Amino acid sequence: MTSPVIEASNVTVAFGDVVALDGVTITTPSNSFTAIIGPNGAGKSTLLKVLLGLQRPTTGSVRVLGGAPEALDRSALAYVPQKKTFATQFPATVLELVVSGISGGWPWRISKAHRERALVVMEQTGVTDLADQSVRALSGGELQRAFLARSLVNTPQILLLDEPAAGMDMRGEAAMYHILCDYQSKHGATVMMITHDWEGARYHADQVLLLDRRVVEYGPAREVASEARLLSLFGHRGHVHETHAEGDSHA
Amino acid sequence: MLEMMAFPFMQRAFLGGILIALMASFYGPFIVQRRLAFLGSGLAHGAFGGVALGMFLGQEPLLVAIPFTVLVAVAIVWVRSKTDLEADTAIGVFISLSMALGIIFLYLREGNASDATTYLFGSILALNNYDIYLSLVALLGCLASVPLWSRWAYATFDETLARVDRHAVMRDEYILLVSVAMLVVISVKIVGILLVSAFLVIPAACARLLSRRFVHMMWWTLLVNTGGVVVGLLASYAINVPSGPAIILVQSAAFGLAFLYQRFARSA
Repeated sequence: MTSPVIEASNVTVAFGDVVALDGVTITTPSNSFTAIIGPNGAGKSTLLKVLLGLQRPTTGSVRVLGGAPEALDRSALAYVPQKKTFATQFPATVLELVVSGISGGWPWRISKAHRERALVVMEQTGVTDLADQSVRALSGGELQRAFLARSLVNTPQILLLDEPAAGMDMRGEAAMYHILCDYQSKHGATVMMITHDWEGARYHADQVLLLDRRVVEYGPAREVASEARLLSLFGHRGHVHETHAEGDSHA
Repeated sequence: MLEMMAFPFMQRAFLGGILIALMASFYGPFIVQRRLAFLGSGLAHGAFGGVALGMFLGQEPLLVAIPFTVLVAVAIVWVRSKTDLEADTAIGVFISLSMALGIIFLYLREGNASDATTYLFGSILALNNYDIYLSLVALLGCLASVPLWSRWAYATFDETLARVDRHAVMRDEYILLVSVAMLVVISVKIVGILLVSAFLVIPAACARLLSRRFVHMMWWTLLVNTGGVVVGLLASYAINVPSGPAIILVQSAAFGLAFLYQRFARSA
């Protein structure tokens, strides 16, 4: 663990009377993989928005790579949104989507250098064959992999992902974890990912942040993301384990 | 047929129509992709209020209509950004307001208001040199906004990603809508308030049916728009029908062909 890349100090975000985040303090080092787990409405996406500079904290402060999130160089940070908010009727190909990550604008034309750079990450996420496919024609899993490729194309120091495995099958999810872990170790990057898959988080992440508007627990993944801990904190053991539990009860 | 080009009014009609088509082809795809097709009508009705105010004040109507319509565009964006209202609702409010103001201005103006009908129905054959100069100035403004194409397209695709990439999405939207407002006012003389949104919507909608990439959509829009002007003017001369509606009928025919192509040829 080295110097902190993300520092949130006593961050509170309120929308009128509704408190989305309440005094959240976290410090995330470089070359680390943090999974954020919590129930719906726990403020997970709000926390990412604060780190992205899209949402100002009502109180508290945030520093990303030593500065304000709004002032961060766009190529240093990449984001994969939870609900793919793009206009589904927009005529776009997968290659254009990935190239848009390089320039931070929509490509009028794609240079050879940008095409080659995009194809490298598309190869990693397994969407090379979809390069000329319309984005709106992609399945949920293909879409996630296309957005993942887009997020990696600038080799960012920080990768923020909001439920990137949503819509993926088990094989796709395993491949995604492999890509993220490989990217983190290869580039010493800071990966922060919202997930409901606590088993995957325990296995792949270095740290787990249990969030329920406030920090419930934040520490090493193997300690925090345990079955007993989740059961005691949230009253359930997560959707993955419930499937097992149902199987057990039938047995 | 070529003898028609000997008439100066016909030369101005072709030139003015093509200038408007060029500009509408630049902005139209953004309007259609942002689901703002109703905006063209809204701003045209805003222009009506401005034209009527110009007549009431005894000033050149289009020169008064430009700032008036720009104000309407800014108000639409501002209301959208400050409330949960959908764009069509905000546009609907300002259509009614502008029309009401326009009717009152015309009522208060001494003399008859029959010249206002010129702006309701337009007349591309009645363009004068001043209209052409105004269109050329607007084209310069359009060319100046070309560097914004990539940002506008990006925010049209995904506003959240554009914000993450530090784009001033709101500021860019103001610029886009103010530019469209100016185009609408200038187009009013050609096709009239009632039909002006056709230039912005029909060719872009047609292009959308034919395109898998946004940049291709721009080129198809340009082709249908300029083609609509040329073929529409030729047809109106040949069969002696009003030019503005003839242009729009040609654009609509292109849309119908694109629909049939997408429905049958692509799925085959």
